[in-house]
Amino acid sequence: MTVTNLDNLQATTQESVLMRTEQLSLSYGKKIAFEDVSIAINQSKITALVGPSGCGKSSFLSCLNRLTDLIDNCRVTGRIFLEKWDVMNRQIDTIALRRRVGHIFQKPNPFPLDLWKNFAFPLKEHGVKNRQEIDLIVERVLKDVGLWHEVKDRLKDSALALSGGQQQRLCIARALALEPEVLLMDEPCSALDPISSGVVEDLIASLRQKYAVLVVTHNLAQAKRIADYVGVFWVRDNRGKLIEFGEAKQVFESPQHDLTAAYISGHRG
Amino acid sequence: MTWLKDKISSPSKLNKSSQFDWDWVLVWVLRIMAAITGAIVLLIVIFLILESLPFLQVKGIGPFFTDQRWNPTEGLYNFTPMLWGTLLATMGSVVVATPLGIISALFCQYYAPVAIGNLYRRLIELLAGIPSVVYGFWGLVVLVPLINRLHPPGASLLAGIIILTIMILPTIALVADASFGKVPQEYLLGATSLGLSKWGTICNVVFPAAKSGLFTGVILTVGRAIGETMAVLMVCGNVVETPSSIFDPIRTLTANIALEMAYALGNHRSALFVSGLALMAIIVLLAVAAEVITVTSSPVTKNS
Repeated sequence: MTVTNLDNLQATTQESVLMRTEQLSLSYGKKIAFEDVSIAINQSKITALVGPSGCGKSSFLSCLNRLTDLIDNCRVTGRIFLEKWDVMNRQIDTIALRRRVGHIFQKPNPFPLDLWKNFAFPLKEHGVKNRQEIDLIVERVLKDVGLWHEVKDRLKDSALALSGGQQQRLCIARALALEPEVLLMDEPCSALDPISSGVVEDLIASLRQKYAVLVVTHNLAQAKRIADYVGVFWVRDNRGKLIEFGEAKQVFESPQHDLTAAYISGHRG
Repeated sequence: MTWLKDKISSPSKLNKSSQFDWDWVLVWVLRIMAAITGAIVLLIVIFLILESLPFLQVKGIGPFFTDQRWNPTEGLYNFTPMLWGTLLATMGSVVVATPLGIISALFCQYYAPVAIGNLYRRLIELLAGIPSVVYGFWGLVVLVPLINRLHPPGASLLAGIIILTIMILPTIALVADASFGKVPQEYLLGATSLGLSKWGTICNVVFPAAKSGLFTGVILTVGRAIGETMAVLMVCGNVVETPSSIFDPIRTLTANIALEMAYALGNHRSALFVSGLALMAIIVLLAVAAEVITVTSSPVTKNS
């Protein structure tokens, strides 16, 4: 199994790998969430992680921007690189890391502030103090997520007054405002209604041009539509494993693993 | 809980007749308890009004503000010095205790390791449980002599403020801790994933989200500070005069009632009831204000 992984890694390193993990494992106390996961995230590509619930996909995302630091009994082993940068190093500046690696959550989480402050607060914390500059960034990122025309007259309204889909696009825009290189998305559409979900999906597809996107999804059809690379997680021996990783076309059309084949054809999972 | 289980697993009426309906008993016991609780509050208010009426009917509320001083035996009923005493002691202690309580709650929630945070929370709860007379006793024996060395007589507004601060601090700290605890985890995760500092997140996200809870906490604490009698009575000197400095002795409205009710007769007695009624009205207003703030200005509840 590891052999296939490494082969696939080799295949993907042809292009520009922005971030990669090597034999990454995570455990909460004695419970191992996932084990031995090696993937590469490419510049200007969408990488989708699919698989049944509880196989550690979301935990895996949280490792990549060290959000796991917040969890008390959580232990991460293995290596993560962002270009040449060793993410696992305790000494690194996690604030700089999180600025380069944005994170979108399953449930939209705008701050309970007005729309403008949702951008101004993180921007100010990261050193953008000038009002005009903030206004320009807000307009640019809201246009990027297609929200500008819907909200440009209500930037002083509470972000919580927006619909779920709008909130999620706001959160994506908020992450984009910090000009990250990698975007981690943890089931960004699953808490939304079908129409909003479609809008957000189109948005994710369009983000491919500028960012390396890693998206966790339960929705195989969605992965098929938007992903360039696909990783399949599965639970084995009560722990998550990456059983297959490769180009989306190849994973969906000629999966190498029996479980993948069963999963994508709808027989399992 | 067996009766509940029975009811859930066998909702049919056939089954119901064969066994005694404990649910019915429970519901009626609860209804009667609730009615008694409500009735007690109503009866107290009615009693206060009835006892106050003799004075209010004869003299109105004018004498409380226009008489020369408080001397019921001569028929003088000026409350103002005691109103000032109550107001200053309450405000002083709330102004000091609020930031301290909020800071201690922040420490508990966001900075202390889990084990220390929990231990600290238990300690604060313990502090809240100490009987007020014990605080008063400590104030009388330790605090008053200390202030006396600084500036006689010692028994003073300052002593009252310090004692009240210590007494209401745990309330504010616990309410603040609870309202910080209710700030959704997603906000904190979101802020961390944007690379925001802890302090920045607390100022910009946690405070706006916990604002209504904090306000409510402060208002309830004001109520507690106003109503506190025993400890204040023991350390404040109880001289009826409007204080001109923080070292002057004061008498609060509550202390006044406690001190004089035992021998008060006629108009004097009725006047004391008026002051009780006034205190009750202030507490009701504060409770209403707290309720209004909770309902209207909570962005978190608006979301859910």
